[in-house]
Amino acid sequence: MTAVLTSSSPSGGVLAASWRRLRTDRVGMVSMVIVALFLVLVLLAATNLVASGWQKEVGVPNAPPTLLGPQPAEDTGVIATPKGPNVDLSDIDPLAPRYAEWAERAKQFKTEDIVKSETLPLGGDRLGRDVLAKVVKGAQVSIMVGLLGAVVATLIGTVLGALSGFFGGKVGDLLEWVYNVFTAIPYIVLLFSFAAVAQHMDLGGLDAAIGRSSRQVLMVALILALTGWTGIYRLIRAEFIKHRVREYVRSAEAIGASQWSRMFKHILPNVSHVALVQLSLHVVSFIKSEVILSYLGLGVGVDQVSWGTMLSEAQGELILGYWWQLAAVATFMAVFVTAFALFTDALRDALDPKLRGLE
Amino acid sequence: MAAYLVRRLWQMIPTLLGVVLLVFFLFKYFGSDPAVILGGLNASQEQIDSIREQLGLNKPVWEQLWIFIKQIVTFDWGKSWATNESVANLFATRLPATLTVTVPILVLEVLLAIPFAMAVAAVRGSLTDRAVMVCTTVAVSISLLVYVILAQYFFAFRLGWFPVQGWTGNHWTNLTTYAPLPVLVAVLVSLAPQIRLYRSFFLDEIGHDYVRTARAKGLTERTVLLKHVLRNAMIPILTNVSVLVPGVLVGSFLIEVFFSIPGLGRELLLAVNRGDYPVLQAFAIYLAALTMTVNLVVDLLYKLVDPRVVLK
Repeated sequence: MTAVLTSSSPSGGVLAASWRRLRTDRVGMVSMVIVALFLVLVLLAATNLVASGWQKEVGVPNAPPTLLGPQPAEDTGVIATPKGPNVDLSDIDPLAPRYAEWAERAKQFKTEDIVKSETLPLGGDRLGRDVLAKVVKGAQVSIMVGLLGAVVATLIGTVLGALSGFFGGKVGDLLEWVYNVFTAIPYIVLLFSFAAVAQHMDLGGLDAAIGRSSRQVLMVALILALTGWTGIYRLIRAEFIKHRVREYVRSAEAIGASQWSRMFKHILPNVSHVALVQLSLHVVSFIKSEVILSYLGLGVGVDQVSWGTMLSEAQGELILGYWWQLAAVATFMAVFVTAFALFTDALRDALDPKLRGLE
Repeated sequence: MAAYLVRRLWQMIPTLLGVVLLVFFLFKYFGSDPAVILGGLNASQEQIDSIREQLGLNKPVWEQLWIFIKQIVTFDWGKSWATNESVANLFATRLPATLTVTVPILVLEVLLAIPFAMAVAAVRGSLTDRAVMVCTTVAVSISLLVYVILAQYFFAFRLGWFPVQGWTGNHWTNLTTYAPLPVLVAVLVSLAPQIRLYRSFFLDEIGHDYVRTARAKGLTERTVLLKHVLRNAMIPILTNVSVLVPGVLVGSFLIEVFFSIPGLGRELLLAVNRGDYPVLQAFAIYLAALTMTVNLVVDLLYKLVDPRVVLK
């Protein structure tokens, strides 16, 4: 009699199991779809397929949203036009002989009358730019800063945390010191100091290489990453300290796995869920920080649009009764951030079922 | 206790030294030339050179670092480049305004969050609970900016309940007239995450055996929650409050900027925009030192509140 060990359902890898758990989470799936839609929007905006003309003044200034209908025409009064033929000035007008010539020249050029629309889908700003296009372009900048910043912060935090947790000793002490220094300065002071330095930095070379606007996005993301990696470092370090003495790591050592291989091939995959959840938590907080930095004028430049710069414009517009830009930005941002936060919760539950139900 | 205190103070020295080094090298190597900033747009090369001479920027780096450390230890930061106000004076005059806003915020948010969280935890799993959770999730997703803009518009501009912004030299007028709106906004914003957190503390306690025992011996739900659960949940809540306490120094930076309150936060932003390095450096270093001190005091107080805490 032979017992054959078969498993009725292939368990797949850790990721497959997490994916199965995630799929049963309805809230998580819905928020994932929303986040994915936003990311598609960001990609389309980044490749200029949508919202490339956000700077065009397509509507009348402060055009209301289409649902509200056009603004009532202002009562301008009527100026009576004088009757009778124009007075003939040609004998004393020094320019008179050349009028015919100029009229001829002017005919060579075509003038195009742009009809500025009275209403726009989500309204217009004070220059008549389309708020919908702006909010999409702003989403691109804000979300890209958030994603890029979070990826860099996670990289820094993970690598330093791994080194500190795995080696301990002198390396660990040194990195703990760096961590203490960074967390000793209140976050906002640290952020402002980095922003101040970045503002007065000479980056002409980088501007020439990747363009001014991408450089500004890159700088904001870097500022956020360099000031925001500490929390990730701490968690990853704790995980590495926990894992480095586990049996599977000792066995790997016994069969001759090198330190690097143990750190990044054996331990890292087992703690990657922590990094992944932190990554997505930081996207949310970095987007919020970017909005505030840009509002204060320390973020992306004036020739760009982000949710922060839009909010700073919206503040003045609101007093005049033009609320649509504020409403559009607040709605877009709240939907994205809520969806991302709920998705993060679902992701955490799926990756680490032990945590399910805990806040 | 004394040994603990000495050790903690001793541990602060390398960290503070690190902060000094970080700030020094950050501004030295990545910031632009102070002489160029100070000289302004129309400065000639000679003028810039003479400013450089005055500031000691021609000296070797180590000598500059030594001057920098001497400045810190003797509390002599000289004057702000932009306003010629001495940095020490800047600190002394701006801190009261900051505290006028931050202390009420801290007290109110904790005092309000505890009963709200307890009420939500009491009806856990119900529709109310879930509705509150959804509301708090959405509430934390909205930018602080939106709250500030809307509150200024509705409460101050439309309804006229508060002045939109302003500040006077009189502490009492500030506290009763100008501080309420910023405090209200800040408390409303921080209430949502606090309620979520405290609710989880309460739920954690409700799951314990002693709660079941208390119910089994016939205590009313009210007594169980108020007498047993509340007291035990106060421990994590106090831990959380102790994390918030250093925030009275810096926590309302953004609120100050939005409401033009002449506190430390607004001064910091002005310094950033003007490239006023002495002010920025002094802020970073002294706020770090102050925060560490506040943390230490909080840890000591914590021991007084909960005797089980062992200071290591």
